[in-house]
Amino acid sequence: MPSLTYVAPTTVSDAVKILAAASGPTRVMSGGTDLLVQLRSGRTKPDLIVDTKKIPGIIGITQNADGGFTIGAATSGALLGEHAALKAAYPGIVEAAQLIGSTQVQGRASLAGNLCNASPAADSVPAMIAAGTTVTIAGPAGTRTAAVETIVVAPGRTSLAKGEMVTAFHLPPVKGKTGDAYLRFIPRTEMDIAVVGCGVSVTLDAAGTITAAKISMGAVAPTQVQVDPSCIIGSKLDDAALARLDAAAQAVCNPIDDKRGTIEFRTKVAGVLARRTAAIAVARAGGR
Amino acid sequence: MSKIHVTTSINGEPAEFLAEAHESLLDVLRNNLNLTGSKEGCGSGDCGACSVLLDGRLVCSCLMLAAEAGGHEITTIEGIADGDKLHPIQTAFLENAALQCGFCTPGFIVATKALLDKNPDPSETEIRYWLAGNLCRCTGYDKIVRAVVDAAAEMRGS
Repeated sequence: MPSLTYVAPTTVSDAVKILAAASGPTRVMSGGTDLLVQLRSGRTKPDLIVDTKKIPGIIGITQNADGGFTIGAATSGALLGEHAALKAAYPGIVEAAQLIGSTQVQGRASLAGNLCNASPAADSVPAMIAAGTTVTIAGPAGTRTAAVETIVVAPGRTSLAKGEMVTAFHLPPVKGKTGDAYLRFIPRTEMDIAVVGCGVSVTLDAAGTITAAKISMGAVAPTQVQVDPSCIIGSKLDDAALARLDAAAQAVCNPIDDKRGTIEFRTKVAGVLARRTAAIAVARAGGR
Repeated sequence: MSKIHVTTSINGEPAEFLAEAHESLLDVLRNNLNLTGSKEGCGSGDCGACSVLLDGRLVCSCLMLAAEAGGHEITTIEGIADGDKLHPIQTAFLENAALQCGFCTPGFIVATKALLDKNPDPSETEIRYWLAGNLCRCTGYDKIVRAVVDAAAEMRGS
């Protein structure tokens, strides 16, 4: 085994300095549940691991004065599931994060790890995209904010520049009649990787008509993709709107054929999941 | 490469060890500390045989670097019984014959401890989902689920 160095800086600025100065292959670690598997298999061969978990605030959930939430990058799925206010406001994000791996994995696996591992099948990512999540990124030039959908650019690759790391996720305050949901298809009920995943967030007016929506699909293209929400905006998600959504969801698919599902199967399931997920989101928003 | 000095607490006792950066907590428990109750099944977080509690939270010790354990409290299968007195979960596993080869058993018992600490009266569905990350190739799981139900009842009564 070539020499590997482990460091656990206690401030973001120290972490960024270390990342920026690193000359060899480097991995940022949060929960480590993907990283350790990749280390062991030899798929990744870093000479430096920068563990973020000693940085104060990198683990934890804060409800802000405006009702929105700030979630530390290394916050585990287990902690998300134990936060009653977050679960009430964003059940879709919490249920997506809680589909990742086993109870054991839940105790470690984090939102930043799920995002920056950059798997097309990452469960939390479509849910976070649908909910309008933004991330704070710290880097040598200071901090910047970006929409979560701009981070994954290809399987295993992110838009983060050298020296940059995600420090926090931000969820806007839930306004009016808004609901979110996430569903995935796997061939069994637990412990598997999404064949298709779908996150939906909708906002309704007083009459129950959809005024805003965001729909994101996972595992059907090299990165998470979005469905143009105009197919359901202005409707009450009646049968005609559901049919348009089904077609629109299938149209954004560009999946691979593998042992989990064929191109044809993934595409068809994308339409079905989009309909079902949207119906849950509308019900949660108080539509029906 | 110099080793990393880690100060932690294992089964209620202060513990110190030296670890290479790439070594998992499971490697150190088994190879350095002689705590061989935690098993390595898959090494990739799928089987749960290496389950330990980290600050009371259920984790796979194969998915953690040993260096990450610094400053945390670890409970392994060796810390579940009270000296020579078996924990009610261990007794229930024996009484229900919830093991055959026994390789997965430490992981199941630690995972069950974490479940019952959080939820003293879980439904069968909750038990099965909680234990979905613990694989047993012998029992077919039914006796394990019965053992967890019995252990929960015993612990609620006592």
